[in-house]
Amino acid sequence: MDKDTKMPLIEFRNVCKTYEMGDTIVRAADDISLKIFEGEFVAIVGKSGSGKSTCMNIIGCLDVPTSGEYLLEGKNVGEMDKNALAEFRNAKLGFIFQQYNLLAKLSVLDNVCVPLMYAGYSKKERKERALEVLESVGLADKLKNRPSQLSGGQQQRVSIARALANKPSVILADEPTGALDSRTGREVLGILRDLHDKGNTVVLITHDNSIAATAERVIRLEDGKVVFDGLASDPASKVHREEAAGNEIQ
Amino acid sequence: MRFSENFSLAFGNIKSSKARTFLTMLGIIIGISSVMVIIGLGNGMEQYMTDSFESIGTNILNVTITGSGTTRTLEVEDMAEIVRENSECLDKFSPTVALRGRAKIGSESLSRTSVTGVGTDYFAINNYTLAKGRTLRYMDVKERTHDCVIGSYLDEEWYDSDALGKTIRIGGEVFNIVGVLEQEDDEAKEGGTDDAVYVPYSTAARLIRSANITSYTVTITSEDSADAAVDVLENALYDKLRSEDAYTVISMSQILDMMDDLLNVVITVLAIIAGISLVVGGVGIMNIMLVSVSERTREIGIRKALGAKERYILSQFVIEAAVISAMGGIVGIAFGYALSSLATWLVTALLDVELAVTPTLQSIALAFGASAAIGVVFGFLPARKAAALNPIDALRYE
Repeated sequence: MDKDTKMPLIEFRNVCKTYEMGDTIVRAADDISLKIFEGEFVAIVGKSGSGKSTCMNIIGCLDVPTSGEYLLEGKNVGEMDKNALAEFRNAKLGFIFQQYNLLAKLSVLDNVCVPLMYAGYSKKERKERALEVLESVGLADKLKNRPSQLSGGQQQRVSIARALANKPSVILADEPTGALDSRTGREVLGILRDLHDKGNTVVLITHDNSIAATAERVIRLEDGKVVFDGLASDPASKVHREEAAGNEIQ
Repeated sequence: MRFSENFSLAFGNIKSSKARTFLTMLGIIIGISSVMVIIGLGNGMEQYMTDSFESIGTNILNVTITGSGTTRTLEVEDMAEIVRENSECLDKFSPTVALRGRAKIGSESLSRTSVTGVGTDYFAINNYTLAKGRTLRYMDVKERTHDCVIGSYLDEEWYDSDALGKTIRIGGEVFNIVGVLEQEDDEAKEGGTDDAVYVPYSTAARLIRSANITSYTVTITSEDSADAAVDVLENALYDKLRSEDAYTVISMSQILDMMDDLLNVVITVLAIIAGISLVVGGVGIMNIMLVSVSERTREIGIRKALGAKERYILSQFVIEAAVISAMGGIVGIAFGYALSSLATWLVTALLDVELAVTPTLQSIALAFGASAAIGVVFGFLPARKAAALNPIDALRYE
């Protein structure tokens, strides 16, 4: 795969994001440039405050950079208006959240139908597609249940099904195992790996090195900067810069 | 995403908080039903007035001679001449002399019986028909006889339906009953149309020691030309009396119009006051929708993350408010109908008046439209707040 000529699916060009907090300006993303290609399984890892949430928000088209460019499928997201962002989120991105973020009043089936509804599918098409993805995550027997009647792992599988419903370009998982016990967490990571094996692009946001190790490639953020970008198998991927510096002093 | 989907979303949300929705709707229910009952009451009163006036006759003009500003007088013969000369628009006339509460039978005073001095055409003017005996004749008027015609109530209540040839005392003088009229009201009762005595106007005038007749009833040939007939009559009276202040001509249809106008003003004011409760109901909806937006901040964030555009969120909340409001409207209309029936029953039972509180179709359509519009208007602000939420903040909201 020739990464220099192929168009990246996700491209950050000197992306900065600053927030004003009172008098101080916080640089949540500080000149980040990165490329993620179709079919990759990337973990963006960092401690809290490292800027990984900001990155996720920008990748997820929930936020736009203060400066720099973010291109998704070659389109400059920073120039889009709110409606275009909403359409992009709907069509290109599948979100998996730590807290599942299912709609409590809707059944499992209806939850998966929500993005399909906003995409404009007819009721029949929605139901067909939702059934398909729910079967693929093994929840075809829970269609009429409310999310609250399901276990955490099952709920997360519903949210994975929902993320897959619109056949997104990128599956964006924000701490998907954060609320789960380790066994269920491993199951969920297994599903993500399967999705990657089937050719999906998966971006995993986590603070946990061991979870990041599930991915092929690790991008480590610290203080809004990329401090490591390479294969997950590289031992350096697990090392914080401060820790590395500390080791050297020792 | 289709527009109709918002309705199923709205119904889903309403179902999940029934008690709250009902309490919110209550404001609209009370507002709509009170507007309906008030407009219905107005219609009932208008109908009641129209019916009452029609039984009197809307083809009737009432002439009162006040005589102010003139030394001239108007004799009955002058009035007869005016009516004769303007026969293309004026038909019949009768002087009227009111002698209320002056009748006595034996030693009993009939305080509620109306006693009126009338001309020979009076019965024809009022469409009264004779049940027995004879009506008043020209000779009675000319000779100032003590003959009289009575209503059916007096005949039945005081004379066992055998009044002809009997006597009645009016103003201390004895009158012979020469005729009895057919019953006019649905139910003959004291103080009603059938509780009446009619004597020759000339006799009545002498009885109250009045030199001139000051009151006339004139009929017009066509109800449609009432205004023209009033003009003709006023001109003729001016020619005779030479003063505009010396007479007044009022047509029954004019009085009816005036009373209708007055009633409409009163009803409109009352409806506006009731309408204020609709506004209060609307504020209630706005309040609950604001609470709902806060409570559902996370839901809004999720929906936005999943691709809901601002206008979808906006229409979702506006439609939810409109559905709550319109449901309140429908319940309010049903409640308004029930209240109207109750009000009809109460008025009929307590006031002994045939008054039907009838809400019109237009007022119902208006009430429903108003309630839906209130939902849209008062739901808009909370909906806009929801639509404008930043998805990142909304997702993080606990």
